[in-house]
Amino acid sequence: MNSVLIVGEHDGKTLNQATAKCVTCAKAIPDATITIVLFGADTSGVSTQAASLAGVTTVLRVDRPENEHPLAAILAPQVAALATDYSHIFGPSTSFGKDLLPRVAALLDVGQVSDLMAVESAHRFRRPIYAGNAIITVEADPAKKLVATVRVASFEAAAGGGTAAVETKSLSVDLPSHTRYVGAKSGSTDRPDLQTAAKVVSGGRALGSADNFKLLFGLADKLGAAVGASRAAVDAGYAPNEMQVGQTGKIISPEIYIAIGISGAIQHLTGIKDARTIVAINKDGEAPIFEVADVGLVGDLFQIIPELERLVGT
Amino acid sequence: MKKILVCIKRVVDYNVRVRVKPDGSGVMLDGVKMSVNPFDEIALEEGLRIKERLGNVEVVAVSIGVADTQQQLRTALAMGADRAILVQTDAAVEPLTAAQTFLALAKKENPDLILLGKQAIDDDANQTGQMLAAIWERPQATYASKVEINGEKLSVTREIDAGLETIEVDLPAVLTVDLRLNEPRYVKLPDIMKAKKKPLDVTSLDALGIVVNQWLKVVKTDPPAQRQKGIMVKDVGELVDVLKKKGLI
Repeated sequence: MNSVLIVGEHDGKTLNQATAKCVTCAKAIPDATITIVLFGADTSGVSTQAASLAGVTTVLRVDRPENEHPLAAILAPQVAALATDYSHIFGPSTSFGKDLLPRVAALLDVGQVSDLMAVESAHRFRRPIYAGNAIITVEADPAKKLVATVRVASFEAAAGGGTAAVETKSLSVDLPSHTRYVGAKSGSTDRPDLQTAAKVVSGGRALGSADNFKLLFGLADKLGAAVGASRAAVDAGYAPNEMQVGQTGKIISPEIYIAIGISGAIQHLTGIKDARTIVAINKDGEAPIFEVADVGLVGDLFQIIPELERLVGT
Repeated sequence: MKKILVCIKRVVDYNVRVRVKPDGSGVMLDGVKMSVNPFDEIALEEGLRIKERLGNVEVVAVSIGVADTQQQLRTALAMGADRAILVQTDAAVEPLTAAQTFLALAKKENPDLILLGKQAIDDDANQTGQMLAAIWERPQATYASKVEINGEKLSVTREIDAGLETIEVDLPAVLTVDLRLNEPRYVKLPDIMKAKKKPLDVTSLDALGIVVNQWLKVVKTDPPAQRQKGIMVKDVGELVDVLKKKGLI
């Protein structure tokens, strides 16, 4: 009998969809009960959302003021204390999970499977290395706890309709005071979240300036798409860091990914190879992006973007 | 702030296209160019900038790896590190063992700050800094894109999925760096000559009391699934038709 503890990600109001993808991954573990733990100042709202995910048995709420912001140094000892009752501890391979789970693994004195992309058995998994140029199959010792971050692009979100029990849990764990939250600046928009959007319009260095990059926003809004960017575009200051897609940015799996003025460095391609359909628009017909694109168009971006924006709505 | 440790990993160069061996036993590494992990280069650059800003700070570059890892440590010395330590081993070292090794070095060196790249571009694990902070029982500030030192505290802006987050941590602390923290300096020839005279100590895992543990056994290495080559369209009209037919827009 296996028991998976998933550390749920949320912003206090909404459960991040990455959590639902972790549930699907956890379901692939044979004979597993699935528990989601939520840390926050008040997780009453998000616990209802977590409890509705099909396949989840229990949702644990660990509410205390120190948990208002997800600081790894604060959360890790609490996760480690809970881990006693579970065989597997999962979190999403997002900036939240990647920060937290290795700290948990070290407290438990075990290694971690990063970016788990496929479950072959309860202790055998596949994960990418070298920016996705190779996929390794790894085996862990069944006698030890298994800590993993789940590559969310590899799994569909679990459906709703579940009726998990919600329990309040109080943990007597001493929390450090050496790490303090100061504030956040998010590029909040009305556009869909890049990590989970079904449609993504993404721009590269060929856009040439931050002003030109904004041309993508009109197209994205017409499509109901999120906006992404290559590392080159982010480094050049055309787009903020949270838009970066690739090995060191977000790994995404939208239904459609429209790459505009992106040459297609391997580090970028690793972030999009799970997209259902890749559309590449580039003035250089030899650009490597065309090697992976399902549909390609060679031409001048500054003519194509307005024309595309005009035609997609008709 | 008196001393900074910067952890450096020797990895396959960023520009090398890594290929899987036909028998699935690993990736082809023979004769491949090796370099300092690009994120670790950014970590070192940040350490050097702190030293230049505050003065009287020692920057120590440390690494774990084969004898040839001295090349990467010499690069670090040429960039401006004051001295280097290589924990020489031919063993494959997983992140937790690496963290335990760096902790052993930290206990000898007592640094105020340990800097690492947020991930290494070979195993893409993104674990060592966090694990080190955990077992050192100190704060971690991962994915740093801006660092300010205020006495015994650091204010760190972090790149997170939702944007930017600022946290404050007490020193000593572990900091892992992201791409946009800085742009590492180029090494000049005179610096390479000077680096040859800087101290580079070689020690071993045994000497530090570290046992190499294998938590994850790699049983197979496969090439990734390839995408089928798609079609080219001649204009925007045709593109829109294709996408509409697929029900995508």
